[in-house]
Amino acid sequence: MNHRRARKSRAVEEQRQGPPPPVIQVRGLTKSYGHGDATVHALRGPADPVTGEPMGVTLDIEQGDFVAVMGSSGSGKSTLMNILGCLDVPTGGRYLLDGVDVGHLDEQQLSLVRNRKIGFIFQSFNLVPRTTALAQVELPLAYAGVRAAERRRRAEAALTLVGLDKRMDHKPNELSGGQQQRVAVARALVTAPAMLLADEPTGNLDTRSTEEVLSIIDGLNATGRTVVLITHEDEVAAHAKRVLRLVDGQVISDVRQGAVAGPPPLLADTLATTRRVPLVGGPR
Amino acid sequence: MILWQMIRFAFAGLAANKVRSALTMLGVLIGVASVILLLAVGNGSSVAVKNSITALGTNSLTVTSGSAGGARTASTVKKLTVDDARALADPSAAPDIKSVAPVVTASATADYGNISYTPGSVIGTYPAYFETANEKIAHGDYFSSDDVLNSSKVAVIGSTTAQQLFDTEDPVGKKISLGGTPFTVVGVLATKGGATGFNDPDDVVIAPLPTVQNAFTGFSSVNQILVQATSADTTTQAQSEITQILMGTHSLTDPTKLDFRVSNQSQLLSARESTSQTFTVLLGAVAAISLLVGGIGITNIMLVTVTERTREIGIRKALGAPKAVILGQFLAESTLLSVIGAGLGVAVGMAGSHFSVVGIKPVVIPSSVLGAFAIAVAIGLFFGSYPANRAASLRPIDALRHE
Ligand SMILES: Nc1ncnc2c1ncn2[C@@H]1O[C@H](COP(=O)(O)OP(=O)(O)O)[C@@H](O)[C@H]1O
Ligand SMILES: [Mg+2]
Repeated sequence: MNHRRARKSRAVEEQRQGPPPPVIQVRGLTKSYGHGDATVHALRGPADPVTGEPMGVTLDIEQGDFVAVMGSSGSGKSTLMNILGCLDVPTGGRYLLDGVDVGHLDEQQLSLVRNRKIGFIFQSFNLVPRTTALAQVELPLAYAGVRAAERRRRAEAALTLVGLDKRMDHKPNELSGGQQQRVAVARALVTAPAMLLADEPTGNLDTRSTEEVLSIIDGLNATGRTVVLITHEDEVAAHAKRVLRLVDGQVISDVRQGAVAGPPPLLADTLATTRRVPLVGGPR
Repeated sequence: MILWQMIRFAFAGLAANKVRSALTMLGVLIGVASVILLLAVGNGSSVAVKNSITALGTNSLTVTSGSAGGARTASTVKKLTVDDARALADPSAAPDIKSVAPVVTASATADYGNISYTPGSVIGTYPAYFETANEKIAHGDYFSSDDVLNSSKVAVIGSTTAQQLFDTEDPVGKKISLGGTPFTVVGVLATKGGATGFNDPDDVVIAPLPTVQNAFTGFSSVNQILVQATSADTTTQAQSEITQILMGTHSLTDPTKLDFRVSNQSQLLSARESTSQTFTVLLGAVAAISLLVGGIGITNIMLVTVTERTREIGIRKALGAPKAVILGQFLAESTLLSVIGAGLGVAVGMAGSHFSVVGIKPVVIPSSVLGAFAIAVAIGLFFGSYPANRAASLRPIDALRHE
């Protein structure tokens, strides 16, 4: 699918029913570790002017947006991300994903949410050891109960998309860091989740691999996928349409760099300068 | 998720640590194999006892001299004689006795050509002995009452003796020298089997009573009198008739102070059978413990596996693996360990049961094979469920953060 078709279809959608509701609605979200004096407020938001108690982070993320979350180490980026990904539960506040309050879901439903709605990309790749790239990418489909033939077809398509069609039978220890991360990206996108969560996806990669992975993510966002990406590098954040800055568990700035609709800014620039319509993915 | 998928993951998990998986399976294998084999040995020994009961005939009684209480002095003990046997053979005094065979036993070396061999025992008796002791002729014939009357130098030999002396030659009609006396072999007994330790029932030479007495033991007494009751149901009456008659011939009045003993062979043997059952239970218990140890081995290894793969569990959960799938994956792994181990254990146990152990031919109990297999699999499930549950209950974020 190319981005023009995606844009057209979204335009039709918007005409029909107005802007879609935010994918992520976070209200007064707090997360603290430990008790008493040793309590660490990893997510606190602004302090209540009267009581001084943390009021929690409040945040909306639109469908199709590309949000970079920036901040120094220990500012609560990963904590936020783990809660958004339903891997962790907040201490206080509400989190609505696609309008559903995640706090009311049981373990079984949460695993379903993680499987269907969310694609994860981690800094440390987090591939299943001793498993080939193809099997790796098939995993979320297997958990979703997709039949073997269909699973294989979709996994191959996803791996081709990230430019690893020649490496399908390789195990993680037979792949470079950049290739491993691309397998992780393929695995995150294979279920066609509404939302991609990436926690410093390029933190362990060299410049070339970083560009490859980011261009894939750009392409995915251009096709309408919501992306939340954690980074502390400005070059990486430049790919996003919106940049949030966290300090000490508080959002201190929220800057928009590009429209929610349409391709992410850097990809749009490339499109403007070259007439070529790039397909997502690295080298073919 | 489909079962097949789960089994494939389980195989991959086991294959990742081949040595460890193999050693764990070995534990189960040894457990299952020893349950099957030890129960088979125990069963084999009770089957042997059962066979010798039927071999002896359930209606046979043995009279031996000696006091029941052992309190009597030697001078007052009257030995059993051929006259005692004659008295027992009187149908009016003992209507429940079918036949009587006095028995003397001797030991002598048999020579044939240049082969010299000492059979387990040399028995002198009446032809009635053959039926009472359930000895069947395989080849040739029994000796007759005429042979007894004439003190003929004829003999019937057991299959082991025949094998030792004649090998493949046909013994019937051949002359052997028994302690210097020449005997003509007239028959070879059918193999009874059920040799236990030193006592091989097929290693005998049986000859007419007077012939053996003349050549070896002398005519004063006999070692025992073998009595056959008219049926298995009349052995008790026959037993009391024997006691009555022998008290008469031995001039005894006090039934508590006898100088002979009448033993009902099947009673004796059933006592031996219950001993061998105890033995079986004991062996089974030892084997069951080794199976349990194998099961604990599974828990141990699965706990290690879960700890080692905590991060992987976190990844799978992040990808949306439901709790049941993680549980299933680890349960499948532990069950696979036990199923393969138990399967190999059954194979080893069955193979091992083809060899005789301490003189006992093991007889596999089919239910023990099924039972051991089922218990091993159940142990895999049971002992695997704790680690598997631990894996499945991990919170995804904790699992992912695991070092
Ligand atoms: N499991 C935990 N237990 C205790 N403190 C934690 C835990 N996880 C994170 N923290 C603390 O919460 C704060 C935010 O951490 P994190 O979200 O990982 O920061 P980052 O922005 O570097 O990703 C840090 O001060 C960290 O020490
Ligand atoms: Mg972090």
